[in-house]
Amino acid sequence: MRYLPLLWAGLFRKKTRTILTLLSIVVAFALFGLLQAVEVAFESGADAADAKRLLTTARYSIIEPLPLAYQRRIEQVPGVVGVAYADWFGAKYQNESNAFPVFAVDPTRYLDMYPEFTIAREQRDAFAKTRTGAVVGKRLADRFGWHVGQKLPISSEIHPKTDGSLNWEFDLVGIIDADDPAVRGNTDMVLINVAYFDEARQNGKGKTGWYIVRIADSTQARSISSSIDTLFMNSPDETKTQPEKEFAIGFAKQIGDIGALVTRILIAVFFTILILTGNTMAQSIRERIPELAILKTLGFSDGKVTALVLAEAILLLILGGSLGMGAAVAAMPALNGSTGGRFPPLFVGPETWLLAAAIAAVVALIIGLPPALRANRLKIVDALSGH
Amino acid sequence: MTVLVQIRGVTKVYQRGRERVEVLHGIDLDIPSGDFVALMGPSGSGKTTLLNLIGGLDTPTGGSIVVQDRRIDQLSGGELAAWRAAHVGFVFQFYNLLPALSAQRNVELPLLLTDLPAAERRRRARIALTLVGLEDRARHRPRELSGGQEQRVAIARAIVSDPTLLVCDEPTGDLDRATADEVLRLLQMLNREHGKTVVMVTHDPKAAEYARRRVHLDKGVMTGEPVAS
Repeated sequence: MRYLPLLWAGLFRKKTRTILTLLSIVVAFALFGLLQAVEVAFESGADAADAKRLLTTARYSIIEPLPLAYQRRIEQVPGVVGVAYADWFGAKYQNESNAFPVFAVDPTRYLDMYPEFTIAREQRDAFAKTRTGAVVGKRLADRFGWHVGQKLPISSEIHPKTDGSLNWEFDLVGIIDADDPAVRGNTDMVLINVAYFDEARQNGKGKTGWYIVRIADSTQARSISSSIDTLFMNSPDETKTQPEKEFAIGFAKQIGDIGALVTRILIAVFFTILILTGNTMAQSIRERIPELAILKTLGFSDGKVTALVLAEAILLLILGGSLGMGAAVAAMPALNGSTGGRFPPLFVGPETWLLAAAIAAVVALIIGLPPALRANRLKIVDALSGH
Repeated sequence: MTVLVQIRGVTKVYQRGRERVEVLHGIDLDIPSGDFVALMGPSGSGKTTLLNLIGGLDTPTGGSIVVQDRRIDQLSGGELAAWRAAHVGFVFQFYNLLPALSAQRNVELPLLLTDLPAAERRRRARIALTLVGLEDRARHRPRELSGGQEQRVAIARAIVSDPTLLVCDEPTGDLDRATADEVLRLLQMLNREHGKTVVMVTHDPKAAEYARRRVHLDKGVMTGEPVAS
């Protein structure tokens, strides 16, 4: 701490240059925070995946429905301890821009399958008992001002009722949430009771979208998947079963390899920062050679002067990195609001902060070491005489 | 008077590319404790080189330098740095203050190497600034001070850790006559009233009059014995 004023003075010796350098670091880390949040959001499905859950979909396309009757047959496969299912409803609320996922599910089976979702006991019971019942994710409820006890009018893009109308109405009986921010993104949905939905829909009765299968031993995931698919081989509705994580990754990759894209952008950004900041640091130290010589004259050892130069680079990165990451965090509420809930919630998690700290440390070392070593080798007499 | 600095047979050779330049040729000199010595001589005579050796900024090629019974020519780089911090104060022609720091912070710099708490460092820096008559300029940056004031801040920095020896390289070389006299009177006061041993390089015979003794160098050798001012 005693050297902080000295470091600070050295860093802001040329204010404009340092502020511009700092700004470039702030922008780089803000970009890092935002892009990491996007990547984490895209991978949240995979991160939140349970190794003991399998997904069974139609073999050739996820949008092909599967018979509800498959449920009992899947349950009989050795190693399977639970089966739930869900069907895509395709909903919008009030207007086209308010779109969100709605799944028709067996309430008890589905909520048992996802213990990471939190819901009040009485609301869960009400959902199971109410044929027209629906539960909604807390973020969605907050966004639209929904509350338990109200009617929930939503339109389906793909499922008309028996009377031909696309307008459905459900009773909102519960709110679901999750403690883990990565899981919370998966609660941005509405669950409706399949009992009412299957009875009231015009087409596709007796069918569902996909099955979620709980197994006893995650190491058996491959063989159980194979057993399930074998069961329905050569039937009109062949299946494809895979671990939930693989399914989530594959689904995310349909949009693009976000992880690789983010990594490439960030490599370009930090490489540029490395060159810019490295050049600035080197220039700054070059200009201060006589000052460093004076410090040595006063009794600062070679090691101490080296450490001071390195600490200056670290301080620059700590300042810029913290401000940049802070800016990314500050931008999250606005960004989450602007996605209209159609995108998993963006957040800067502890892993992203740790990664940012590691990047800052590496960048500080790379840009700080060459001038620090130069300062270390500095000979007082030569530096003071201008050689 | 006890001898503070004892120089015996000191030589200094610089290698400039392929050329070997011998700057000092076997210097012998004793500087008693409490002395004020002016090192004089033409450019290239080796006076600054000798001063740097006395101050521990450089090491001789041959011979020995003993300061307060310690062979400083045998100290390692780290030991020499610690020795300078504890025993020597430096004053340069161009002041060499850190431009980004206030006068107070500049004076505090040598104390950063001690275990003194911040409040004590501030107090001692204040005392040093008061001694050189600049207590009201403590918050000023070097660019906000005149040349004479800058040099007085440099002197405050040199004395703040209470060193035995003050090493001054052309301390008045960048100042007008009146300001130079002020600075020299200050050095004289530190020598006479505070017992500091001062070794000063100067071209200026007027400046040398403030010293107790004058030592002349020419082409790396002392010309005659030290002369009383």
